[in-house]
Amino acid sequence: MSFGSNIQFVDLVQEISQSITRMAGFDDEASHWICLSVREAVTNAIQHGNQQDESKKVGVRFRIDRRRLLIAVSDQGPGFDESSLPDPLDSGNLLNPSGRGVFFVHTFMDDVTYHNLPQGGFEVTMEKRLKHTT
Amino acid sequence: MSIETRNVHGVTILDIQGRITIGEESALIRNTIRGLVQSGKKNLLMNLADVRTVDSTGIGELVSSYSHVADQGGALKLLHLTKRTRELLAITKLLTVFDTFEDETRAVASFA
Repeated sequence: MSFGSNIQFVDLVQEISQSITRMAGFDDEASHWICLSVREAVTNAIQHGNQQDESKKVGVRFRIDRRRLLIAVSDQGPGFDESSLPDPLDSGNLLNPSGRGVFFVHTFMDDVTYHNLPQGGFEVTMEKRLKHTT
Repeated sequence: MSIETRNVHGVTILDIQGRITIGEESALIRNTIRGLVQSGKKNLLMNLADVRTVDSTGIGELVSSYSHVADQGGALKLLHLTKRTRELLAITKLLTVFDTFEDETRAVASFA
């Protein structure tokens, strides 16, 4: 799916994510945290990647196989260097009002990778393994 | 999302229903807290028993509200965290920042 960079689409993506995680066989708890991770990735793509420019698209792809659920979220922004992000667990950052979205994605997903797209733009790919494969 | 407020022994309890996420929900929290502080109500207890989803923006809004109330000489505390909200506050180390309670009477008494 693809949509303009408006924060109103975050809820829609979360609802779709919920249906897909259930279809893949995740229980309520796992589904909740996967959907939260998707929500965070899409929010980042809209706010930081595309700077809320509605003419720029955010893409979300889901793929289920026997072992895992793969979710890719792309934007048309320049991307970011994960190592440059402040550590939200540093005592000096605990009261920061922002900066926890990427941390949540890493916490709740099994594997997270970032890459620049050949046609321009940036993509985060998140993987959650199905329980019977672990 | 809805917020209802009630006063118990000088403490304003905010009963929040729904979710605390990016968009109107976070804005409603922010505006409600700032309005209460502006009207002199600075002992605030957020009842999160009926909050089903919190995202990073919602966590940020709780932190921002906490700091704002503290800056104005008040206190913001949390009541009845759900398992999921507690987990988010635990992994972000914010359980070391917020005072949290499972009992409303004890929570109210803590402001004395």
